[in-house]
Amino acid sequence: MPKYVIIGNSAGAIGAAEAIREVDPQGSLTIVSEEPHPAYSRPLISEFLCAERTLEKMLFRPQSFYQKHRVEARLGQKALRLDLERRQVEMEGGDKLSWEKLLLATGGTPIVPPTPGTDKKGVFTFTTLADAEALKAFLPGVRRAVVIGGGLIGMSVTEALRKCEVQVTVVELLDRVLGAIMDEPGSRMMEKRLREHDVNLCTGLTVKEVLGQPKKQDQVGSVTLSDDRNLPCDALVIAIGVRPRTQLATGTAIKVNRGIVVDARMATSVSGVYACGDVAEAYDYIQGEARLTPIWPNAHVGGLVAGRNMAGKETAYPGGTNANSLKYFGLPVASAGLVNPPEGNGYQSLTAYTEDSYKKVVLKGNRIVGLVLLGDIQKSGLLFGVMREGLDVSSFKEHLLSDSFGLSHLPEAVRRSRLEGKPVLTVGAR
Amino acid sequence: MACRLCEVACLVEHSRSRDLMKAYKREKPRAVARIRVEELGPLSFAMSCRHCEEPSCVRACLTGALSKDPETGIVSIDAEKCMGCWTCILFCPHGSIVPDVERGVAAKCDFCPHLETPACIAICPNRALLLAEEKTHA
Ligand SMILES: Cc1cc2nc3c(=O)[nH]c(=O)nc-3n(C[C@H](O)[C@H](O)[C@H](O)COP(=O)(O)OP(=O)(O)OC[C@H]3O[C@@H](n4cnc5c(N)ncnc54)[C@H](O)[C@@H]3O)c2cc1C
Repeated sequence: MPKYVIIGNSAGAIGAAEAIREVDPQGSLTIVSEEPHPAYSRPLISEFLCAERTLEKMLFRPQSFYQKHRVEARLGQKALRLDLERRQVEMEGGDKLSWEKLLLATGGTPIVPPTPGTDKKGVFTFTTLADAEALKAFLPGVRRAVVIGGGLIGMSVTEALRKCEVQVTVVELLDRVLGAIMDEPGSRMMEKRLREHDVNLCTGLTVKEVLGQPKKQDQVGSVTLSDDRNLPCDALVIAIGVRPRTQLATGTAIKVNRGIVVDARMATSVSGVYACGDVAEAYDYIQGEARLTPIWPNAHVGGLVAGRNMAGKETAYPGGTNANSLKYFGLPVASAGLVNPPEGNGYQSLTAYTEDSYKKVVLKGNRIVGLVLLGDIQKSGLLFGVMREGLDVSSFKEHLLSDSFGLSHLPEAVRRSRLEGKPVLTVGAR
Repeated sequence: MACRLCEVACLVEHSRSRDLMKAYKREKPRAVARIRVEELGPLSFAMSCRHCEEPSCVRACLTGALSKDPETGIVSIDAEKCMGCWTCILFCPHGSIVPDVERGVAAKCDFCPHLETPACIAICPNRALLLAEEKTHA
């Protein structure tokens, strides 16, 4: 009877556990997670911070999940080391878990820059429920906060802090917010929205030093920016992103590049060991190579593919690219693929503006390789579907950005397959 | 024939009053239709959730609000869990999930759990089309 061990208990891990149970109802299955909670939706920690949600309403699966799927959940336990020869995970506390199939779904760790003073009280990261709990407990004394990072995680914590009536300054090294997932006009629209919500923006800048309070040197009192400006603050949140949590694999025979390298089955270079999610480098069909695409849907689909393969059902990862949909400060924003194409090189961008919306489609030849939509995102699914499928858009290019764009504009065969509900680049499609 | 009666029936069925006049004129926030009619030249058809075999929306959902019932095959949204991020809308290649902007949650076809026959099918004057669709769903 096969023994499955999954390290991690989030988007990727749950996808894998469900897939294993689809194929193999019997084999023993253990999930190990350092976090003590049942799997919860990580993006919801901001709603937890501003008290809109309790843990119960953040759970990614019903309470009965582990029991129903016959999963031994070792929550609040950390895996320390892998012994690839003996096929064992060494746990903190000395336990050893044997595996026949192992999945590394260890996600990412927040990046903390080597800025002096980040060890002070009042400095937080924002990627786990525990981070949100700690920040929330600290909030009563906080009037002003600085958030380092104007990306997705920075937007999420900034919105929650504003809802708690904290004054927020966002410090972003790039010259605009959401630089990784937005083009320039998109970022500007978001920035306008941020200002309307009284968020103070410092772009093109970074924090040079974190200073203590005059009477409490070990507690954050202000930050010095790279232009020598000093910003008083009662709390500092570092939200510049995550790096793959590869420690368990590093220094072993498992091949690690920036993330753990996996093939189309989500298998690593070591037989019986798989990886998925934020820790893995999987195939990106837009870039045409394996790379990090740290988003929830890709982690979940990667986990599903890994799980089916671990249980013996050959399944190929259809590929995934960066794709996000957000609604911070009430502004819907959707983006996918290559949103800032290199100049020339055969790329073409089509754009459409109205007073409160902006749409852009990036084409390479006759194929969509990138999307940006703000304000009105209703058509994002149809467009992303066309992009994922790699359809030649030459016969309906002029309709792509029109308000009436629909399945009716697609070639008849494609429309029929959509009407029949045929999958588009999802698991099982290839 | 693009009469759009299905859109109306869907909206009314998902309103609080289930009354045509109230649903359109008085209820705030107004309910949203989860079916749309597309029309282009001689072509017209109604489109709603396909309740896919391998649903991209369920796979993409950040909160676990979307799920596919293993027995009935119905893909549904738990509005309590939905955070209104519209990730499912981005991932649905059919354009079949609609943002219920005022309630801040995503809305989609739920096969009208309170009715024997979904409202869109019951009202369609051109029965063959929608009933045939129902068959492929079930
Ligand atoms: C605030 C915030 C907002 C976000 N918003 C979005 C969004 O809008 N859209 C989107 O697509 N994505 C979003 N993301 C990103 C998304 O949450 C991640 O892509 C996703 O969680 C990755 O899932 P994963 O399964 O790879 O790993 P993770 O969710 O990182 O989970 C990994 C788990 O493994 C555990 N673990 C690691 N190492 C060990 C060990 N040695 N022993 C035991 N346990 C271990 C960790 O404790 C953790 O619980 C957001 C993230 C954050 C923080």
